[in-house]
Amino acid sequence: MTDAADRTGPAPVMQHVNGALRRVPPSLLYVGGAAWGGWLFWLAATGGLGVEPIEALEHRYGKLALQLIVAGLAVTPLRQWAGLNLIPFRRAIGVLAFGYVLAHFLVWAVLDVQTLSAIWADIVKRPYVTIGMVGFATLIPLALTSNNRAIRRLGPVRWRHLHKLAYPAAVLGAVHYVWLAKGLQFEPLFYLGAILGLLALRLVPRKVRVAG
Amino acid sequence: LLGAGLIGGRAQAQGTLTPNTFEEITSYNNFYEFGTRKEDPARNAHMLTTSPWEIVIDGMVDNPGTYSFEQVVEDMTIEERIYRFRCVEAWSMVIPWNGFELADLLERVGVQDGARYVAFETALRPDEMPGVRVPVLDWPYREGLRLDEAMHPLTIMATGLYGEPMPNQNGAPIRLVVPWKYGFKSIKSIVRITVTADEPVATWNATQPREYGFYSNVNPNVDHPRWSQANERVIGGGLLARRQPTLMFNGYEDEVASLYEGMDLAEFF
Repeated sequence: MTDAADRTGPAPVMQHVNGALRRVPPSLLYVGGAAWGGWLFWLAATGGLGVEPIEALEHRYGKLALQLIVAGLAVTPLRQWAGLNLIPFRRAIGVLAFGYVLAHFLVWAVLDVQTLSAIWADIVKRPYVTIGMVGFATLIPLALTSNNRAIRRLGPVRWRHLHKLAYPAAVLGAVHYVWLAKGLQFEPLFYLGAILGLLALRLVPRKVRVAG
Repeated sequence: LLGAGLIGGRAQAQGTLTPNTFEEITSYNNFYEFGTRKEDPARNAHMLTTSPWEIVIDGMVDNPGTYSFEQVVEDMTIEERIYRFRCVEAWSMVIPWNGFELADLLERVGVQDGARYVAFETALRPDEMPGVRVPVLDWPYREGLRLDEAMHPLTIMATGLYGEPMPNQNGAPIRLVVPWKYGFKSIKSIVRITVTADEPVATWNATQPREYGFYSNVNPNVDHPRWSQANERVIGGGLLARRQPTLMFNGYEDEVASLYEGMDLAEFF
């Protein structure tokens, strides 16, 4: 614990917020996140997502995954620069992000493209699909090691190294979105910018470092 | 219905086309002037003032000028045409348009010798079109046809659908419909028609020439660089809709293939 936020302590308001957040069980995030995905599926099946539910559901799941990835990447900078402690929720955010990437992939493969040969052809032939698949594959080892037993077995140092894979996965996901859009659209670029910005923040040297 | 019966020969042979519902046709649109999401045009296009409406017809014509919408449609025979509509994004609908043949309008204004192309332009109104405040495309939206394509009896200027005046999100008050080409060729809310000798600028073609050709005829054998064009999803099938094979020239091969005789359709895509 060497960073300034921990040494001087967060502002009083933040201490209240952090105190309140400590009483929220992270399992609520899992329940809420899964329920939201199920609700979207139900909406898609019953006409609630418009006249083209396959594309709508695919995009909703994909965008939710990106939003969760952005949220996950924001946890460290928020603690460092604002004193907000969301660390207890980071695993849930990451696991949910993976769940939505998986759901996004399944809707694409099963409901959208529909045939195995066409799925394979798309992955090999279409660069934006290839990039999305690489990003998805990058997340698999992270999802598999998102438990305390894996941390113990890998050791915290190796585990942290492994989970830095979230950075390239996030960039790949955003590039995937920018690339599939027709024309240069604002929204995909916003996600790419947010992710690159959050990663860049990690390169900014910490304000005060008091030797402890 | 007469028009569809006479013209859509192949369509009839394959069994009757079942039009999409009015709601489907008017809630899922690409009209980037009102936003890039499919639901944006339905949400925002009400801002567009469609009356009065003027269309400049100029270039190599005998009677150039600024025509009101009413002047353009008077003397034109409005008929119903039930056409397949295939988007370059690999989805499709069946739409019962109301409109007249573009050839009738071009004949009335008199196409001069040496003319080879027809250029079209969409209205550009930043006050009424929130989408044009973002440089997604080089506004105004422009499209073009070869003169023989423009004169083809399948090519219509549509002023309505389902017997209703054209909904704003579908290109009110008047738009082009070229059923054998990808949907973006069927330019909406037209304010200018120019007859020229040279190939005009077409917006998507100019934006990404590798992905969108000037011709953009529906062709299941020539993929978009980023996705397959071999099949399409028909809007309205719900969450478990099966894809269906895309037809050459969107099913109008018998009527239009002769326009492209001797052309390499992979090169002139």
